[in-house]
Amino acid sequence: MGDRSVADRLKDFGEVDNGLSPEEAIEEASRCLQCKKPACVDGCPVNIDIPAFVAFIAKGEFLKAAESIRQQNLLPAICGRVCPQETQCEALCILGKKDTPIRIGQLERFAADQERAKGLTVPARKTATGKRVAVIGSGPAGIVAAGELAKDGHDVILYESLHAPGGVLTYGIPSFRLPKDVVKAEIDLILAMGVDLRLNHLVGRTVSHQELEGYDAILLGTGAGLPYFMGIPGENLSGVYSANEFLTRINLMHAERFPEFDTPVARMSRVVVVGGGNVAMDAARTARRMGAKVTLVYRRREEDLPARAAEVHHAQEEGIEFITCANPVRILGDQAVTGIECIRMHMCNLDESGRPVPEPIDNDTFTLDCDVVIQAIGQGPNPVLVSQIPDLDKGKAGNVVTGEDGRTSHPKIFAAGDVTTGAATVIMAMGGAKQAARSISEMLGSR
Amino acid sequence: MYIIEKSLKLSENVYEIWVNAPHVTRNAKAGQFVIIRTDENGERIPLTISKISGDLVRIIFMAVGKTTHALAAVPAGGAISDIAGPLGCPSEVKKFGTCVLVGGGVGIASTPVIAQALKEAGNRVIGILGARNADFLILEDEMAEICDKLLIATDDGSKGHHGFAADLLKQVIAEEKVDAVWIIGPTIMMKVTSNVTREPKIKTFVSLNPIMVDGTGMCGSCRCVVDGKTKFACVDGPEFDAHQVDFDNLMQRQRYYMEHEKEALAQWKEHQCSCGGQH
Repeated sequence: MGDRSVADRLKDFGEVDNGLSPEEAIEEASRCLQCKKPACVDGCPVNIDIPAFVAFIAKGEFLKAAESIRQQNLLPAICGRVCPQETQCEALCILGKKDTPIRIGQLERFAADQERAKGLTVPARKTATGKRVAVIGSGPAGIVAAGELAKDGHDVILYESLHAPGGVLTYGIPSFRLPKDVVKAEIDLILAMGVDLRLNHLVGRTVSHQELEGYDAILLGTGAGLPYFMGIPGENLSGVYSANEFLTRINLMHAERFPEFDTPVARMSRVVVVGGGNVAMDAARTARRMGAKVTLVYRRREEDLPARAAEVHHAQEEGIEFITCANPVRILGDQAVTGIECIRMHMCNLDESGRPVPEPIDNDTFTLDCDVVIQAIGQGPNPVLVSQIPDLDKGKAGNVVTGEDGRTSHPKIFAAGDVTTGAATVIMAMGGAKQAARSISEMLGSR
Repeated sequence: MYIIEKSLKLSENVYEIWVNAPHVTRNAKAGQFVIIRTDENGERIPLTISKISGDLVRIIFMAVGKTTHALAAVPAGGAISDIAGPLGCPSEVKKFGTCVLVGGGVGIASTPVIAQALKEAGNRVIGILGARNADFLILEDEMAEICDKLLIATDDGSKGHHGFAADLLKQVIAEEKVDAVWIIGPTIMMKVTSNVTREPKIKTFVSLNPIMVDGTGMCGSCRCVVDGKTKFACVDGPEFDAHQVDFDNLMQRQRYYMEHEKEALAQWKEHQCSCGGQH
């Protein structure tokens, strides 16, 4: 069914991608070769049995397809929308060698949407173990871990510092990419498994880390909720936002509907977004929907943009101007922002990750007029809780160090998601959370 | 939903509420704050914890914008959607010797809990309360009971010293050795008053109140410049070394949504009138 037209979608925050029709889904699924050794499954961080669910769709058995996915993935409608399939499952699809790979993400989303429309069934739980597990943070890692632990029969207490669950799914990813009713339905299903959600609890303050020791196990899923700033002059002028703040005001607090909702956001006419990841694309496209002319400044080349190709494409379609090989050096303004000064960059040798290293070109600067600057240059692990727990091994970036099994240096504490990896993807957090939950159940003797 | 057990008006536009929030009171310490959301469409606003009594947390605030007016309009027995906390670092409470607590206007609300904690840590505590006039003076009796000495200043001379709290602070410093000072009030008052202790190099704390959204270090809205570095008031503060704070930057950031605030308040007042004040 494709994407909504640009003119149409810039008028609201409704979903851009319409998904597949049943006919399209069946046709797409029928292309699958049903490989004996499916490479696609190896590319999935939660190992969904992709050929199995695709086969159900090809036969028109949509609910069976959804049921099949759900055995490995508690959040299929979310993952079908935000997973970077093109670098995971779809990248390994054998059809991709000669033609286009199966659109696995679209099929996953289709099956999940079909199932949700019919009403979701609460997954069964094992016999109660009587063990109490605290899960800190209700983002992708926390909700998946809570669901898995509840399935295993433990009493799960899920702590969230905000007034709504979901973490980055709620405050970060805009509804034009991930509708909030989709997020709510999948979280509600996990809560329906008996998970005790406690909102407005910032663990580390509301609940002390000593009190956590009273639980049989603890899962840290506190995410990458610490925005980085560039450290350039003018950064603390009014009108300079972190992407986290800008997106939170709109996605969580609905500032786009001010004054019907009480939270304000700048009235912006020209916005400069700094960064090139998915968060930068989200911020830029959100600003566009607020009526602004938007320019995105990225320090490397266009082909180096870390955002998903589809998001870059959507952003360009929506009229966002890209200036690559440039980096801000100063934000201009007296009281509020009036512009941003950037310097041109040229690419030098490749770094360890294979990306070119950008270096500024002396004196080659230019200025962009703007009234809002949004910095989307990454986030670090939220330090409130982890900084308080003694004997917890931490990496250079303040991230919690874990083994592959999700264990930390503290015998009762496990961790998963961005707090361990730094800002990564929803599906990586979910993969880690499933593993950590499994380790907790093993420790508690129920596996 | 969280019940407001008591609600009373202290002076023109200044209100005291007691919210039933055992999750907040269990671990709350002097100097910390909460974030409140009045209803489903509400914004998240930070307010200082003024006192704890059992499961109840006392909050004193001035009705300035839409949210604080709406909060004042919730009757006793009514409810608010959310209260998160305690948030922020507690005050640095230890034995300093002689401490002076300067409260300005509605900022006085934060002083009793800190005064009490300092007293319990074995300090001699002097309170200085400043207000526009005698009617705006709050918590005088409570502070008189906790403090070893209490001084009052009013801008119009209707009570105590005719002038500013800063004058009284100067006077106290001239008379005796002061080891630590807290100044809590409007930003301009904190800026001016902290200059009094700059020269004699007395350790001085101010409690900053920048615009905030999540209060957990996630959004960076509340960033303040302290000693030339960017700090987040919600997790690094709210108290900072007064002599290191860039107050001008703080005031500039505080003003950013002034137009929005006026508009939201005007609309709220209009709506209140059209329902005969019943809402």
